[in-house]
Amino acid sequence: MIAAMDKRALLLFALVGLLFLGTGFLESWNTTLGIFNMALVSAIMALGVNMQWGYAGLFNVGVMGFVALGGLAAVLIGMPPVTAAWAAGGVQVLLALVLGAATIVAAILAYMKLPTGRLRAVVMIAILVLGFIVYRMVFDSGVALVEAVNPAAEGYLGGLGLPVLLAWPVGGVLAAGAAWVIGKTALGLRSDYLAIATLGVSEIIIAVLKNEDWLTRGVKNVTGIPRPVPYEVELQATAWFTDLAARLGADPVAMSSITVKLCYAALFIVVLLALIWFSEKAWNSPWGRMMRAIRDNEISAAAMGKDVKARHLQVFVLGSAVVGMAGAMMATLDSQLVPSSYQPLRFTFLVWVMVIVGGSGNNWGAVLGGFLIWWLWVMVEPLGSDALMMLTAGMAEGSWLREHLLASAAHMRLLTMGLVLLLVLRFSPRGLIPER
Amino acid sequence: MDILNAIVVLLNFVIIPATAYGAQLALGALGVTLIYGILRFSNFAHGDTMAFGTASTILVTWGLTGIGISIAPLPTALLALPFGILITMVLVLGVDRVVYRFYRRVKAKPIIFVMVSIGVMFVMNALTRFLPGIGVDDIRFADGERFLISVRTFRDLTGLEEGLAIRTTQAITVVVAAICVAALFWFLNRTRTGKSMRAFADNEDLALLSGINPDRVVMVTWLIVAALATTAGTLYGLDKAFKAFTYFQLLLPIFAAAIVGGLGNPIGAIMGGFLIAFSEVSVTYAFRKVVSYLGPEGWQPEGMIQLLSTDYKFAVSFSILLIVLLFRPTGIMKGKSI
Repeated sequence: MIAAMDKRALLLFALVGLLFLGTGFLESWNTTLGIFNMALVSAIMALGVNMQWGYAGLFNVGVMGFVALGGLAAVLIGMPPVTAAWAAGGVQVLLALVLGAATIVAAILAYMKLPTGRLRAVVMIAILVLGFIVYRMVFDSGVALVEAVNPAAEGYLGGLGLPVLLAWPVGGVLAAGAAWVIGKTALGLRSDYLAIATLGVSEIIIAVLKNEDWLTRGVKNVTGIPRPVPYEVELQATAWFTDLAARLGADPVAMSSITVKLCYAALFIVVLLALIWFSEKAWNSPWGRMMRAIRDNEISAAAMGKDVKARHLQVFVLGSAVVGMAGAMMATLDSQLVPSSYQPLRFTFLVWVMVIVGGSGNNWGAVLGGFLIWWLWVMVEPLGSDALMMLTAGMAEGSWLREHLLASAAHMRLLTMGLVLLLVLRFSPRGLIPER
Repeated sequence: MDILNAIVVLLNFVIIPATAYGAQLALGALGVTLIYGILRFSNFAHGDTMAFGTASTILVTWGLTGIGISIAPLPTALLALPFGILITMVLVLGVDRVVYRFYRRVKAKPIIFVMVSIGVMFVMNALTRFLPGIGVDDIRFADGERFLISVRTFRDLTGLEEGLAIRTTQAITVVVAAICVAALFWFLNRTRTGKSMRAFADNEDLALLSGINPDRVVMVTWLIVAALATTAGTLYGLDKAFKAFTYFQLLLPIFAAAIVGGLGNPIGAIMGGFLIAFSEVSVTYAFRKVVSYLGPEGWQPEGMIQLLSTDYKFAVSFSILLIVLLFRPTGIMKGKSI
């Protein structure tokens, strides 16, 4: 795998590695590992987006929604079930969801089976209206019952109580399902419709997570998702660990926190390497060549008998699944689902900057972009305020302009990300590690 | 059964707010659709252009009220609006010169333009927040008379149980939007420059052959878009409140309006704006009161009769968008599709 990278790529990776090492020496290793872990997750998100953009030229502006679906998976799989809530109204809520789905299926069947005309429209609308009324009657009372169960700590159905690692593939499956629905509708139409459709779906997914308390506790957040790695306090209470810390002469508290982060990093690296391997194999296979042929000239690829829409749908679903998986990994790392923390600038557009800067159409480039841009994203704010401090040092203490500039440092991230995106698109559109 | 009161409630909570909101969306969608028709890309920076325009209008408003100028009973922001438009025009022309012109020269794909516009969106968003006193908080800048008709006046006037309020900002929105739309259509249909813009939108090659200067068409388009975006944003801010992030979120209903109406079609954009606004407001409004007036005396329905909670208003514009995309991808009025 390493042999596939050229000198330039190796050099760039080494430079980014130096950035992280430098942060470690200058700040603290704990902070650096924290940044590194999120950088690993970001690199996986960038890989997913690169599949869509780099392989197929599909513009997905709804990355945030797929990330959030992954987070939902972590809750649904990892959290223990709230038996009282299930007993109160859980079955009723599920029944309502089944009824809702049945309504939609019935409406679609009516649309397909009945002959075109007024009758079809009337029957369809009747099915939808009746179905909606029944659904809401069952659903609303069920939800009220569930949310009344111990609302301060629970008030939701909980999850399945399975090992949280299972949530990673499940997050991928959830995201893939959503992507399939969007792709079915918006692919095959003009290219920017997909952008707008994904933007819309991601906003709706976040709205659902924020408001459906029975599912995610909404803005009350789900915290304490079980971890796949040991807890710090457990480590500190373990004999061999404290012994090792004493031998190394390290503070056991600091060392336990670093050890936990290293465990996460190991898990994430395994997933990242597996995905890179898979992506590189796919890229170099006949399938990958076909995808590029479609990307570069849809008409001639279609003339060669390639089903452009089906291939687009396939790669869109695959890429979204990878993003969803990364979302589940992120929620596992944070041990919580905070629906209000999902912001499009942070989760959609930042990932895009990673892909474009790193090099669209190159898996290694996307990964490099993930590491570099995440580091910048974390570091720009302190660096920006330091720079402004120096700039304004000559100005009078408490002068209006100085205060204003210092207060604006918080918005430096937006400006930097925008400028980076614009400059790279203009002067180096192929990115740091261009497509081979 | 009390039809009059039911109508008043419906007017007060659904029809009047939706009309004002629809007018704001229509102005926003007109900007998007013009860019789409002439520059041929979906401009994701439109929401933030609106935000920047509104923020500069707010700054001028503060300046004006600071030196004691006001046009009460109308809000001072109306006087500041032309200045806000000018500032925004300078900004968008600058952005076009520095950013977009290059991609026109190299004839980049539409999707590249979309990505570039996202970069511009970031930068404009940051610029707006950098403006002194703007930041990220809610800003209310509507001064002057609050109501054209207040609930109490209406009750005294008609003797009905229910009141009807028309806020000044709502009336201003509708009037200003109507003036803007009339001016725009006069410009597009009657003036030489407007006609050349339409020709350029219809067929770029033929327009170029007949000696239309593309740089001029593009410049005029940006000027109009800046004016529309600033007006739309200021009206929305007057009616509700200004917050940079809200304007980014407005992008979705605005795009929905433009697409539902048929991208590149100005009349469609206006219809789309009102369609989206009316559906958003009526789907998320609790009809309990209206129904209880229509039912027998002293009877009240059990539930709220609200189809969706207000938090899902984006879902409404989006569902309409999906339905249109599924059944009529070019929109109600026939738009372009490339």
